[in-house]
Amino acid sequence: MNLDILIFTEQIEVLNFQMACSGYIFDIKKYSVNDGPGIRTTVFLKGCPLVCTWCHNPESQRNEPEEIENCSFRWNLHADHSKKNTVGAKIYVDEVIREIEKDRMFYEESKGGVTFSGGEPMLQLEFLSSVLTECRTRDIHTAIDTTGYAPFADFERIYDSTNIFLYDLKLMDEELHFEFCGVPNKLIHENLRKLAELGGKVILRIPVIPTITATEKNINSMIEFISSLKNIREIDLLPFHNTAKSKYERMKRLNKVAELIPPTDDYMNELKNRFSLLNIPVKIGG
Amino acid sequence: MTERINKLRRQSLDAIPTMSYERAQLLTEFYKSGEPGKHSVPVVRAMAFKYILEHKELCINDGELFVGEKGPEPKATPTYPELCIHSKDDLEILHNREKVWFKSSDETRNVILNEVAPFWNGKSIREKILAEVDEEWRDAYKAGIFTEFMEQRAPGHTVGDDKIFRKGMLDFKKEIEEELGKLDFYNDKEAFAKREELRAMNIAADAIMLFAKRYSAKLFDLAAKEKDTQRKNELETMAGICQRVPANAPRTMWEALQYYWFIHLGITTELNTWDSFNPGRLDQHLQPFYKRDLESGLVTEEFAKELLHSFWIKFNNQPAPPKVGVTAQESNTYTDFCLINVGGVTEKGEDATNEMTYILLDVIEEMRLLQPSSMVQVSKKNPDRLLKRALKIIRTGYGQPSIFNTDAIIQELTRQGKSIIDARCGGASGCVEAGAFGKESYILTGYFNIPKVFEITLNNGFDPRTQKQIGLQTGDPTTFKTYDEFYSAFEKQLNHFVDIKIKGNIIIERIYAQYMPAPFMSILIDDCIKKGKDYNAGGARYNSSYIQGVGLGTITDSLSSIKYNVYEKKNLTMSEMLELLKSNFENKKDLRDKLFFETPRYGNDDDAADNLTRQVFESYFAAIDGRPNTKGGHFRVDLLPTTCHVYFGSVLGATPDGRYAKEPVSEGISPVQGADVHGPTAVIKSASKIDHLRTGGTLLNQKFTPNFLSTDDGIEKVVNLIRTYFRLDGHHIQFNVVNAELLKEAQKHPEKYRDLIVRVAGYSDYFVDLGIDLQNEIINRTEHMSF
Repeated sequence: MNLDILIFTEQIEVLNFQMACSGYIFDIKKYSVNDGPGIRTTVFLKGCPLVCTWCHNPESQRNEPEEIENCSFRWNLHADHSKKNTVGAKIYVDEVIREIEKDRMFYEESKGGVTFSGGEPMLQLEFLSSVLTECRTRDIHTAIDTTGYAPFADFERIYDSTNIFLYDLKLMDEELHFEFCGVPNKLIHENLRKLAELGGKVILRIPVIPTITATEKNINSMIEFISSLKNIREIDLLPFHNTAKSKYERMKRLNKVAELIPPTDDYMNELKNRFSLLNIPVKIGG
Repeated sequence: MTERINKLRRQSLDAIPTMSYERAQLLTEFYKSGEPGKHSVPVVRAMAFKYILEHKELCINDGELFVGEKGPEPKATPTYPELCIHSKDDLEILHNREKVWFKSSDETRNVILNEVAPFWNGKSIREKILAEVDEEWRDAYKAGIFTEFMEQRAPGHTVGDDKIFRKGMLDFKKEIEEELGKLDFYNDKEAFAKREELRAMNIAADAIMLFAKRYSAKLFDLAAKEKDTQRKNELETMAGICQRVPANAPRTMWEALQYYWFIHLGITTELNTWDSFNPGRLDQHLQPFYKRDLESGLVTEEFAKELLHSFWIKFNNQPAPPKVGVTAQESNTYTDFCLINVGGVTEKGEDATNEMTYILLDVIEEMRLLQPSSMVQVSKKNPDRLLKRALKIIRTGYGQPSIFNTDAIIQELTRQGKSIIDARCGGASGCVEAGAFGKESYILTGYFNIPKVFEITLNNGFDPRTQKQIGLQTGDPTTFKTYDEFYSAFEKQLNHFVDIKIKGNIIIERIYAQYMPAPFMSILIDDCIKKGKDYNAGGARYNSSYIQGVGLGTITDSLSSIKYNVYEKKNLTMSEMLELLKSNFENKKDLRDKLFFETPRYGNDDDAADNLTRQVFESYFAAIDGRPNTKGGHFRVDLLPTTCHVYFGSVLGATPDGRYAKEPVSEGISPVQGADVHGPTAVIKSASKIDHLRTGGTLLNQKFTPNFLSTDDGIEKVVNLIRTYFRLDGHHIQFNVVNAELLKEAQKHPEKYRDLIVRVAGYSDYFVDLGIDLQNEIINRTEHMSF
């Protein structure tokens, strides 16, 4: 057999393998305007190693599809109008790509693209990597919204096919991190340092949760930590909001932050000023 | 805003819309005088026009900078008995109805019922129309298949171009005289008709000059008595202006605006033309005057704005003519659809934005009035600054300005055969209608209820509401084996009703051409003078007749439900579907929800549904586009509803997309309220799957919560959204930036929300003035809140 043809056949097989690869997602949101630059489509992958107290996507946490009341507006391949809806569905790479492609014109006009969020997208590495590679081939800008809680080798594997990492920074104190997020923070912080060293692809995302992350001590330690990092592109301060309240109720889960009051604009601006001293662009909101 | 403007604006807002008998009485006096019997129809119409302007009361409001009202005072609204006579019941309804009312005094009732009506009974155009159309037309009309624009108002959809800013009435008279001189009675069989039309134009030109002179004299009188020196000076200046225009071409911005205002009053006094005339590309017309005035020190930016403020208030003082019956339902608003255009391109195709563009946008934001409506034309050549400025007004939540794609409009007009220059100098008027300003008569003839035709198909030609066989017998749908078979039956019905509508239109066009010429308007629209032909008889350079399709979302989703649930998934049989619809889903809520939520629906960028949108569009287009009208032009399609989607829904039973009987159908090309669940990009993608460039306008409504536009970044992204829609050839997009909660609050406590203005469909209106159905419909339009 001619060598060229052999290589060609192999490529097709690789492609088929990639397209045949599937993952679990729980939503695809179009006109996503707070998850990276421009107009984006955000694909929400299901499953998360962290259980953050303030999580506004509690339906993202479990790996498998689950039931939630009244969720007709969620992305669902097997639409069911009944009161109880299944959140999460298996989806193939080609299906995701087809959805992503639909808004190509908007990405091109706005310099936007696609964001993979979750949950923790790194948890479904094979699926994620295949979709990212395909997006790269199609010249679609990609971002990953990550907790950072994954082996660094995994980040290295997808590094080249990812344009931007939206990297969460939550609690600097190891014990508090374990208490409020369910995992230790050492790996997260080490990964962040290494990822930042690889180049300017990191945007830090800091959830501002009153009494939890928005404490003097935590903010100070964060500023100190960030000042030791290289190449940080931007810092996004994300104010806590109560929009997940009804989700917790419908999922019959305990909402530990139900009574928490969102931070004031004044406070957010004050924080913005403080982080700005790092000489990194700071934004309120995504 | 100056103190004076504040006061005038308040007065305009507080003025009570009333019926005015003045015009009707003067008209009747003239027709009773015996004069009409001696002259040709156009000349009589011109003489009547002159008689009214000679005798109508003059109105000069305290502090205003422009003079002239349609009635004897602001919001005193004239009637047009030669077209439509108001009966005792009509007056009663107009007086007492909950929304869009017009109060009438005992005196008004007395004059209208005892002097006016008896004379016009049997002679009005409305009566002629209803007598001349066929039985099948009347049946379809009663069933709510279509509406008829010309049964209470005259054709007239057109907009001014730059000619009035270059020529005075004396110049037009010269042109008229020249054409009269050129008439060839030996070889031109139309020479006599032309002579009468041109003579009529001549009289009409005299009439408007006379009217201005009367104002001039009165202003001089007032100036002589005025104690306040500043006002005295103003009155003298205004008197001078009214002496100069419209007889001569204007020299200053003040003259130009007063000139336009006389034209506006002339056209809307001559007849109650559909869609009040408007100055069109106002930033283009005013910029040279503004620049010159600024240089010579005649105006400052502040004073230029004050002039514009005062000018804006004049529009707001003129409610649309009082409408009754179906006409009131299809266009239930005080707004008379005067749509000011800013932006776009020059005749050479370059970016047309200028200082005046941004000044006018400031004025629009500051005035926050219902009228005039406003829009920005956005070409790929216009800077983002224009769009951003517009969005900053839109986000304040009063639905203005709407946003149009200049590049699409130009292609639409050139496809219809207009020259590229005429197309570039055009724009959109009314709600969303593309037109060659100053050169085209583009008549909207009536709305067409596409989902109703679907219902008739389901019933083999029978209308369940009026209990009459009004359509063709296209077959019992339970015998159709495939979706295609079903669709071809629908298409046959569609063609059948379009034929009925077009036949009616042709009759009505000729009725207006013969009995109701508009010589004054004809002066202003090329090439009526040159052709010696009236605007209503084909005198314009371009003549288009539109039939406006309504319910694209509802028809798509209904077809989709039949295709998906009956033929593909076989979730239910056709007979079961028919039973279900007949019962209005009674005790079958689960099944109804299944249809509503599981059918592929328009507005989600899902080809399973959107291919059917394309299919319906193509059928509708093929049925209408290119068929000849009586004026040398053609029938065209556009897709917009004003408030007709509410009326059309009210005559329609339950539909297979889970819509309950009598609920509104979808409006414009927007998805069914609540059917779009994938956000604005998906809506835009779906909406761009029909070929906008083969229409004369489409209307897409989007609702955003205010937080989407609260930051510069948010505005930037909406700019991107619009630019993408326009790259996809989208014609128009409008935004309601308002919380559903606020609207619900306003429903509960209307007294607290008198000032709340929302976008309806191609125009804005006071929310509390809308009927409850329409209020709910606006609340239910998907609010793109969180993604």
